[in-house]
Amino acid sequence: MDMSFTPEQQAFRQEVREWIAGAMPPEMKRNAENGAAFDQQATMEWHRILYAKGWIAPAWPAEYGGTGWDVARRFIFQDELVRAGTPQLSPFGLGMVGPLLIQFGTDAQKERFLPKILSGGEVWCQGYSEPNAGSDLASLQLRADKDGDDYVLNGQKTWTTYAQYADWIFLLCRTSSEGRKQEGISFLLADLKNTPGITVKPFLTTGGTYAFSETWFKDARVPQENRVGPENGGWTLAKALLGHERTQIGGIAESGRWLAQVKRIARNTPRGTASLLDDAHFRRRIAALEMRHRALTMANLRTLSAAQLGRAPGPESSILKLVGTEIYQGMTELAMDAMGHDALGWLDSPAEALPEHERWVASEFNYLRAATIYGGSNEIQRNIIAKNILRLPTA
Amino acid sequence: MNFDLTEEQQILVDSVARFVQDDSNVERFRKLREIERGWDPEMWARMGEYGWLGVPFAEEHGGVGARFVDLALILEQLGRGLVPEPILASVVLAGGLLSRLGSEEQIGRFLEPMIEGRRSLALAYAERQSRYDLCDCLTTAERNGSGWTLRGQKLWVLNGHAADHVLVVARSGGSQLDASGLSIFAVDAGAPGLSITPVNGMDGQRTGLIELDGVQVGDDRLLGPADEALPHVEWAIDRGAAAACAEGQGAIQELFDRTVAYLKERQQFGVPIGSFQALQHRAADMYAELELCRSTMILAAIQADSEDEDERRADISAAKHQLAVGGWFVQSSAIQLFGGIGVTDEQDEGLFFKRLRVLNALFGDADHHVDRYQALPRFAAVE
Repeated sequence: MDMSFTPEQQAFRQEVREWIAGAMPPEMKRNAENGAAFDQQATMEWHRILYAKGWIAPAWPAEYGGTGWDVARRFIFQDELVRAGTPQLSPFGLGMVGPLLIQFGTDAQKERFLPKILSGGEVWCQGYSEPNAGSDLASLQLRADKDGDDYVLNGQKTWTTYAQYADWIFLLCRTSSEGRKQEGISFLLADLKNTPGITVKPFLTTGGTYAFSETWFKDARVPQENRVGPENGGWTLAKALLGHERTQIGGIAESGRWLAQVKRIARNTPRGTASLLDDAHFRRRIAALEMRHRALTMANLRTLSAAQLGRAPGPESSILKLVGTEIYQGMTELAMDAMGHDALGWLDSPAEALPEHERWVASEFNYLRAATIYGGSNEIQRNIIAKNILRLPTA
Repeated sequence: MNFDLTEEQQILVDSVARFVQDDSNVERFRKLREIERGWDPEMWARMGEYGWLGVPFAEEHGGVGARFVDLALILEQLGRGLVPEPILASVVLAGGLLSRLGSEEQIGRFLEPMIEGRRSLALAYAERQSRYDLCDCLTTAERNGSGWTLRGQKLWVLNGHAADHVLVVARSGGSQLDASGLSIFAVDAGAPGLSITPVNGMDGQRTGLIELDGVQVGDDRLLGPADEALPHVEWAIDRGAAAACAEGQGAIQELFDRTVAYLKERQQFGVPIGSFQALQHRAADMYAELELCRSTMILAAIQADSEDEDERRADISAAKHQLAVGGWFVQSSAIQLFGGIGVTDEQDEGLFFKRLRVLNALFGDADHHVDRYQALPRFAAVE
């Protein structure tokens, strides 16, 4: 066991830090300092900058366009991105469907889709949940009937995050109603922009922004060659992808950025003649959450380290989503508390009322109530731990 | 960066686990808690033969020359069997200070016989009023012509009731709360003026209440430079905290495993109680806390060797805080899930519960470590 960084790794950190400082456009830097939520345009701009540098997919194998970095370098890279506050890239292509295609896709599918996931030429979203298939995902009803070389899709998906920006959607659909409900599900890739019969309608979230959508399918035709894995074998892929997702959506890196944001707000919030960051009680609240974040960061490192050695994420990975999202929300709650009366403000409050670095807090605080719901609610995560790790009996 | 055990470490862990299973299970602890010493000198000698008592010490002194992590791995396994031999007091605390500050002569006289398992040691630092403040010391060391006169009282001295030599932190200068003016002296258990009262602890282990009434020691008993012991005591206590996290990890893992087994076996309403979602979710949350404890325990064990004081403090405080908060959730939930039987002395789970609560109170509790963490310069370094 060894946690130290070698001189080469420290030099790498320096290289990354300097490169980021030079590569971030000035407006992005300013927004990063203010903790703003980056819009799609800024996120894709940063995506293209990373792509041009060849650093877009640290977690992918080098033969598919990854960096070939070991776990230490990937950790350092992520650490530096968080430190600089760069936009968080969408996970659906790079973090989810990309690795899934590398594992389960045909050569033709890999050639067709991977390059544009890397370049950002095609943006992806995820079609899993339906109005009547939330936590009980396997009861999904989006129908896919075979017709010639195509599947014909009819039904509805919901919580399709960023579908309004996406070019493609990976989705689960029902190709059979025989047997157990898990056994009639297939995994398809659909061209969201160019397939007649698909309609996307974004929800306005409580955060005042449009994050997730409803997506309707009416006689939408998807070529059978866009099926990943065997027909009726999609549930295995869905689970593999959910497992992969769990290691990423705990918001561990984002929480690190929020921690700095909380301290910044507290430092700039007067408390008598000093600042809120000098307030003993508030400092201890921050410290307790920071220590917990540190603990989870270490658990994440252990997961990465195991993955580096070619093993599947160990049991410790199952807690990353569960604990990570609670910490993530805890950070936004601390930020709201730090703001005092400023917590009354909203996205369009004038700067005299609500300083620029506090503008996004209430929005994110509200939207991130979704963190313990999306990607399998935290209650579902507990079920998974109880069943798959602790092997507790089913009722 | 690598968090896997090396082959040697895996062999070590396996052999200690086998030792606990075959030679030192909870039944053995139950017998030992009935005798005043509370542990077995023959077993101590065996641990010396195995090399466990010399893990962090230099080979030239009869040690193994390994890192603290290896010692933590041993303590973790011993924690699963509530093994009461005083490694924490003797190897981590007193042994650590001797190897750090001792002269060749002192090391030969006090440390080497301990490494061989022929002697045991203790560190006396806590006092009635001191709580977790290591500066707060009323015990005095007064200079006299040829040496020092020690006066005062020390409490909750781990292995203080059985140690052959006790390292005593005393004030040789300054006043009660000063950071400077502390010195460490090695005192023999039988020294004139020294009286030791064994104190029964909640966890079935003993500590010593030590009175120093004009104990005379020579200059050869002073460890390191006079008046400047504080950073060294802090270092030793930090390693004590890391060791408590390691032992606690073993105890908490054992308690958790027993609880999960019980959930599968205990029937109510005609089904195993582990099939109830309320209990499943409690168990899942326990599991999450256990994994966080494991992660910070490793972190603390690695940082115990760090000479970067801020790094060491931050990570050891994070670990001790996690044990105190997350570990507490696991231990208290375990008793709740066992129901009434968990509150009986005949059931082993209560013994683990008690030991964990004692480890919680040692070397700083949750509040202490939150406080220490927020006081680190890096905490408020806002960019």
